[in-house]
Amino acid sequence: MRPALALLLRDIKLAWREGGAIGTTLGFYLVVVAITPLGLGPDLNLLSRIAAGVLWVALLLASLLSADRIFHNDYEDGTLDMLAMGPLPLPLVAALKSLAHWITTGVPLALLAPILGLLLNLPINAVPWLVLAMLAGTPSVSFVAAIGASLTLGLRRSGVLLALLVLPLYVPVLIFGVATVSAATTGPASPWPPFLMLCALSLASLVLAPIAAAAALRTAMR
Amino acid sequence: MAQPISLIAHDLGCQRGGRTLFQGLSFALGAGQALLVSGPNGAGKTTLLRLIAGLLPWQAGRLSLEGADEEGALPESCAYVGHLNGIKAAQSVRENLAFAADFLGGGRVGAGRESVESALAAFGLGSLAHLPAGLLSAGQKRKLALSRLVVAPRPIWLLDEPSVSLDASAVKALEAAIGKHLKEGGLAMVASHTPLKVRFAGTLVLGEGRLG
Repeated sequence: MRPALALLLRDIKLAWREGGAIGTTLGFYLVVVAITPLGLGPDLNLLSRIAAGVLWVALLLASLLSADRIFHNDYEDGTLDMLAMGPLPLPLVAALKSLAHWITTGVPLALLAPILGLLLNLPINAVPWLVLAMLAGTPSVSFVAAIGASLTLGLRRSGVLLALLVLPLYVPVLIFGVATVSAATTGPASPWPPFLMLCALSLASLVLAPIAAAAALRTAMR
Repeated sequence: MAQPISLIAHDLGCQRGGRTLFQGLSFALGAGQALLVSGPNGAGKTTLLRLIAGLLPWQAGRLSLEGADEEGALPESCAYVGHLNGIKAAQSVRENLAFAADFLGGGRVGAGRESVESALAAFGLGSLAHLPAGLLSAGQKRKLALSRLVVAPRPIWLLDEPSVSLDASAVKALEAAIGKHLKEGGLAMVASHTPLKVRFAGTLVLGEGRLG
């Protein structure tokens, strides 16, 4: 328990200290959402219809910005060797590092989303469902990003390749995430089924993604 | 150390990139013994140490730890200091060591604050404890990496060129640390090009495939 907690807390602390990872991600999210209405024109009805989709797509892109940090720094400075020789199995190490990524990226992005929703005329009654859906869906985003991060370990400029690998895997999260919000605003169906699908996706990635990431890490260390 | 352990390698072989680095490598290392691994550049010294640490798969042979509490716990019995120091520049020296104690020590008795202080003292890093590790010189970073050996005690030390960029007094501290470790019944495998004043039980010469 203590090694796991130590690793989680260290990763969260490092995300705060190392090069403003959280600030960059939030800033990127803000800028992408803010320039969208400039491109589309001031049609409030149109903006309110596409708000959920824009917020979700921008969230996925923003969380990919910091995804290569999940393992890259530890790989480069040799800490990964130490993590692999610790008392925790490697999949658990990968899971904890993904969890730290979720706490430092997914949660702040999900909490920023309703404020950015104002820029897109997001219906106010959709806000609770938007935040809920994002909090439920972003664990999947972080855990799947860890697979991409471990596969691209050791490559230069791995960010673009990582995005190519991982973005297609985000399609289900995007579909059910947007479906939850639009069901909550326009109906007629209940937002619960897509929301529960989001939860299921996150739980499945919580279990499966660390195993895949650990296998890729083993290969990268060779 | 709870009970005397020994590390036994039988007929180890390893290939890297289609090239056979070594094969038929056998050695036995008992409690309190140290083995010097030598050989020309590219002979596979680092590979051998990483292989024992469980960071690389080996293709042939057997590697076993006898007398250990649990079976198959070889990587968890090893402490590896390689070419990379594994130091977080954004954390202070003390935070780096405290993490190593918490993570590697696993909440075992003895791991904790006092072991961090004794590790700082062992390599003379006490006055630098509050500094961010990124500000340290190359030699000081090396000392920090080596003090991880003290902060989270493990029976087998795998040291890959431990004396690189260390000054004379730090090399003495390293020799003293290895000597203390051996006296307590630990094992050590050291790959080094510079002579270290440690009583080695033998020399494993790679690249020629013989045990001297």
